[in-house]
Amino acid sequence: MKKLPLFLFPLLLFTLLLAGCGTTGPTTEESGAGGAAGTAAGGAGGAETSAASQGGAWTGSPLEDPNSPLHEKVVHFDFDSSEIRPEYLPMLRAHADYLVNHPSARVVIEGHCDERGSREYNIALGERRANAVKRFLEAEGVSSLQLETISYGEERPVDPGHNEAAWAKNRRAVLVYQ
Amino acid sequence: MKRFMRLLFLLLLGMQAAHAGLVIEITEGVEGALPIAVVPFRWKGDPASPPPQKVGRIVAADLHRSGYFKTLPESQMLAFPSATAEVDFRDWRALKQENLVIGEVEPNGPGGYKVIFKLFDVYQGEQLMGYSFATTARDLRSVAHHIADLIYETLTGKPGAFATRIAYVVSEGTLEHPRISLRIADSDGYNSQMIVSSSEPILSPAWSPDGRRLAYVSFENGRPSIWIQEVFTGKRQRLTHFKGINGAPAFSPDGRFLAMALSKDGDPDIYVMDLATRKLRRLVRHWAIDTEPAWSPDGRYIVFTSDRGGSPQIYRVPVTGGAAERLTYENGYNARASYSPDGKLLTFITRVGQQFRIAVMDLARGSVRVLTDGSLDESPSFAPNGSMIIYATRYGGKGVLAAVSTDGRVEQRLALQSGDVRDPVWSPYYK
Repeated sequence: MKKLPLFLFPLLLFTLLLAGCGTTGPTTEESGAGGAAGTAAGGAGGAETSAASQGGAWTGSPLEDPNSPLHEKVVHFDFDSSEIRPEYLPMLRAHADYLVNHPSARVVIEGHCDERGSREYNIALGERRANAVKRFLEAEGVSSLQLETISYGEERPVDPGHNEAAWAKNRRAVLVYQ
Repeated sequence: MKRFMRLLFLLLLGMQAAHAGLVIEITEGVEGALPIAVVPFRWKGDPASPPPQKVGRIVAADLHRSGYFKTLPESQMLAFPSATAEVDFRDWRALKQENLVIGEVEPNGPGGYKVIFKLFDVYQGEQLMGYSFATTARDLRSVAHHIADLIYETLTGKPGAFATRIAYVVSEGTLEHPRISLRIADSDGYNSQMIVSSSEPILSPAWSPDGRRLAYVSFENGRPSIWIQEVFTGKRQRLTHFKGINGAPAFSPDGRFLAMALSKDGDPDIYVMDLATRKLRRLVRHWAIDTEPAWSPDGRYIVFTSDRGGSPQIYRVPVTGGAAERLTYENGYNARASYSPDGKLLTFITRVGQQFRIAVMDLARGSVRVLTDGSLDESPSFAPNGSMIIYATRYGGKGVLAAVSTDGRVEQRLALQSGDVRDPVWSPYYK
């Protein structure tokens, strides 16, 4: 894996994405794999893949325009809360408009929590945050087919600190365009 | 005193040679711990090729770590007997030792060893116990843990839990490129082995009741799935990959069922899967969050976390179904409950002010006691003899494992050399 030529990475990523897509539903496959689990499946549901634009060229999407409300893609929450604070409504409405006008656009809404409390409860709370955003976008007319949710609970903090400032940043829902 | 012990410990930690795995520190000891002398076991083979493990030292470290024994430092010993005829009880009475352990290790065929040990009551001047074990280099540590278990049980009347293991999750690497691994180690932190590793989150390990399988949640396919893996072969299978949450697996005491949290039908609810048929039954159905199921040892109840009352609290439901009964009322946040092996206690996370700590509830009385003093303590799990609770806490800016005695009197910290350690769960006795 370490020595894999660079040009193979896009291919590998594509394969992993395909692998990810083909396995929804209550399957009970037996992998029998003894050692390490799947490797860099990082792109399959995350923000990282969409950020990789070709050769650094800006394609002119308003999603990347720092002056557009669409540039903002993160909603923050209070502790143990999934209520969307009013200051995020204009930004979410802009995303709803964009999605309604771009029916082929797809968004994964990630739900995240701060590190306090139990990990599995936080997985559930993160899902509730992602669902709150999803329901808002649907109410604004976005098709549910364009929206997917995933909760990472407290497993993927953006700020590794252990204080209120870090926790406030980590309690979030993130819109990740695919 | 506690601060002093921690300081002392850090000094010791600094002097310690680096080795893979966990380092255990006793952060608080018990007043009136039983004085015991464990004489270094004598090697009777070729002095040039001693056995790879110092069995006597492992036994002494186990007993010391339990907090119930005060082990005599080797530097204070007046004699080093290894056979009964060499024991002069006056030596040990002079040192105020109540019990004495001696032992020998002999070569036993190619790559084999024979370990003999004896336990004495110093004041009565009599032998309480003695055993010999045939073993190999690989299993010397394990034999030492078994000896510690035998001594512990003889002197305290309760079974020991030294020959058991812990499973835990370690996060290494950077925030952008983490490496998450599920590992198991002996209960003293040695023999750490990786079970599975991924760049995506892994959480919620759960032992099967025979200690041979681990269920866990892995995001390796981009979304959470529950996997079951055989600990000794590495063979594994993906059990669930539903839409939404696939979380919080928990084996039933008979190993036939797995309770879990799934949100495939909307909100997270508690389901029970028959592992033979893969048939799912929804046990708890509510619009609120329901997660973190844990079985009572008699298999009749499941406790779980729910925020149906407005904040996360612990509820209990019969496995056959029916109404859920709320168990916790104190504090605004109680989660991640699990039973003691005798079914009399529950341990869980509770919020005290703004601090998250480990609590124990006496189920018959309903009384709750907070055992720890950290600010981000989580994932408590009982040792299989019920004497200690292992949990995750933060120390020195990173996640470490700690254990506290069920009565709150003894604390110890298990510090990993690198990475963020969390999600510990103590194995059952191997069957």
